[in-house]
Amino acid sequence: MKKIFLLTLCSAILLSLAGCGGSSGGENGEVIVYNWGEYLDPETIALFEEETGIKVIYDEFETNEIMYPKVEAGATEYDVICPSDYMIQKMLENDLLTELDFNNIPNAKANIGTQYWESSKEFDPENKYSVPYCWGTVGILYNKTMVDGTVDSWGILWDETYKDNILMQDSVRDAFMVGLKLNGFSMNSTDAGELETAKNSLIQQKPLVQAYVVDQVRDKMIGNEAAIGVIYSGEAIYTQRENPDLEYVIPKEGTNVWIDSWVIPKNAPNKENGEKFIDFMCRPEIALMNFEFITYSTPNEAARELIEDDDIRNSTIAFPDLSQYSNLETFQYLGEDADRLYNDLWKEVKSE
Amino acid sequence: MKNSRLKLLSSPYIVWAAIFIIVPLGMVFYYGLTDKTGAFTMENVIAMMSEEHAKALWISLGLSLVSTAVCFFLAYPLAMILANMNVSQHSFIVLIFILPMWMNFLLRTLAWQTLLEKTGVINNVLSFLHLPALNIINTPYAIILGMVYNFLPFMVLPIYNSLVKIDPNVVNAAKDLGANNIQTFFKITLPLSIPGIISGITMVFIPALTTFVISKLLGGSKILLIGNVIEEEFTQAGNWHLGSGLSIVLMIFILINMAASAVFDKDGEGGLL
Repeated sequence: MKKIFLLTLCSAILLSLAGCGGSSGGENGEVIVYNWGEYLDPETIALFEEETGIKVIYDEFETNEIMYPKVEAGATEYDVICPSDYMIQKMLENDLLTELDFNNIPNAKANIGTQYWESSKEFDPENKYSVPYCWGTVGILYNKTMVDGTVDSWGILWDETYKDNILMQDSVRDAFMVGLKLNGFSMNSTDAGELETAKNSLIQQKPLVQAYVVDQVRDKMIGNEAAIGVIYSGEAIYTQRENPDLEYVIPKEGTNVWIDSWVIPKNAPNKENGEKFIDFMCRPEIALMNFEFITYSTPNEAARELIEDDDIRNSTIAFPDLSQYSNLETFQYLGEDADRLYNDLWKEVKSE
Repeated sequence: MKNSRLKLLSSPYIVWAAIFIIVPLGMVFYYGLTDKTGAFTMENVIAMMSEEHAKALWISLGLSLVSTAVCFFLAYPLAMILANMNVSQHSFIVLIFILPMWMNFLLRTLAWQTLLEKTGVINNVLSFLHLPALNIINTPYAIILGMVYNFLPFMVLPIYNSLVKIDPNVVNAAKDLGANNIQTFFKITLPLSIPGIISGITMVFIPALTTFVISKLLGGSKILLIGNVIEEEFTQAGNWHLGSGLSIVLMIFILINMAASAVFDKDGEGGLL
């Protein structure tokens, strides 16, 4: 008797497990989305499912570098992905993306500002493969009560007065961007000499750095844990909301202007649903919901018009007038050898 | 008859082990011993000798040895106190000890970050009491603290297990024959608890050697441990071959440790269960 009970129990568990694995899909199929963590308002997914009857399977990544091998290997077939500029270029070079049918994405051309299509040409020369979703700059976030004088240069990150009060980005390209820009070089440099100089600057800076962090810059700055931090502009609005003493600047030596865009990979099983999803995300009211949730600048002009708060709509942090700054650049994919070189130099900095 | 039935019962575990242990291990060796064209190479393994990697390995070995030692000196007296308690008391204390392990490892480490930060809980209390601030966050001390805190139960439990198994009559006999407390401890209790000690050392040393989360959260990523090097090869540099190659070298250290514990702990007495 006992045995029969056990057997039933086991098979019940197995069946329920199998049920989880099977793809049920909505009445109109499904769409598998691969996006950055905390990078859209979950409410918009519910709205999309309700309206279209397409079930959204949502998966998140932390860095472009984690995302890439998964897509390349094709172990999971995604329909929509949201990589950054240089990674889109790499995916294009390796023939991983498919051309979008813009007839199915009418909201994209209608709502997204021309200037963003222009900047996208740096990595997607004919605007055929990607639809801009978020953009921004990288700059210095500082605490007005802890920093004296004007902050307008990356040089402040090398100022001895702020020893143990500086937060640096813990990722190769972002850290080297700062080091290269400080020395007046391009952040897409592959010149061994220039990179060596940048590396030495970063090593020189290390004793002053409190910690190398990625997402934690936000919380540490809000908590007055440090005076100065390198941060993505999208986080700046959020941090100011929580701690009014914080101020964001784009340094005069120039910085990284980045774009994260929706793309569809070659092996996407539900390309049309993917295009529907992208189109939905480009609707002004949906883009607005996302902007308000994640506070990363939206390239969606129609959505920007809908922002009620004047301070936010005209915020120079969220929507800076880029023509005021010189030496702004967008990351490019530099090829495997250069990647290797950057990583080796970064390891030298970190192990110092 | 009975034996073959028992074997049948172990089959789920064998399937589990094959899928989640043998296959991944094979993949690590495949990646570690090939380059990106798929050709055989030892380069990824030899890469451990390079300046940065060797340094990271030494720091990891140093910090995990210190943590293991601290764990041992904290755990042994505690295990003795536990073992000498009567049954109703000690099961309660053991529960208290295991209770924090029900919480997620990451959360516990993150909590230490909040405690140790410059404007953290501990420093707020200290400044309230007009005591000097504690500045160990983002230093090796914070990493050691994190390792000791997280891995201490893994040292206490095996030692405790081997201590309760010691027959009280052996200890009594030693005392009857004229040994004082100190002599009894060094001649009877300590040697008989060696299996537990060895297994405790293994269970603390190996996770401490390979950790990357603790140095990231409590060390501010300023101290590069070998675990961090490997993690970054996978997540940032995208060089799975090098990451796997370095993991193979790390496995050698783990194997040495396990071989040592096999020698001392022939009957598997010091196991957790």
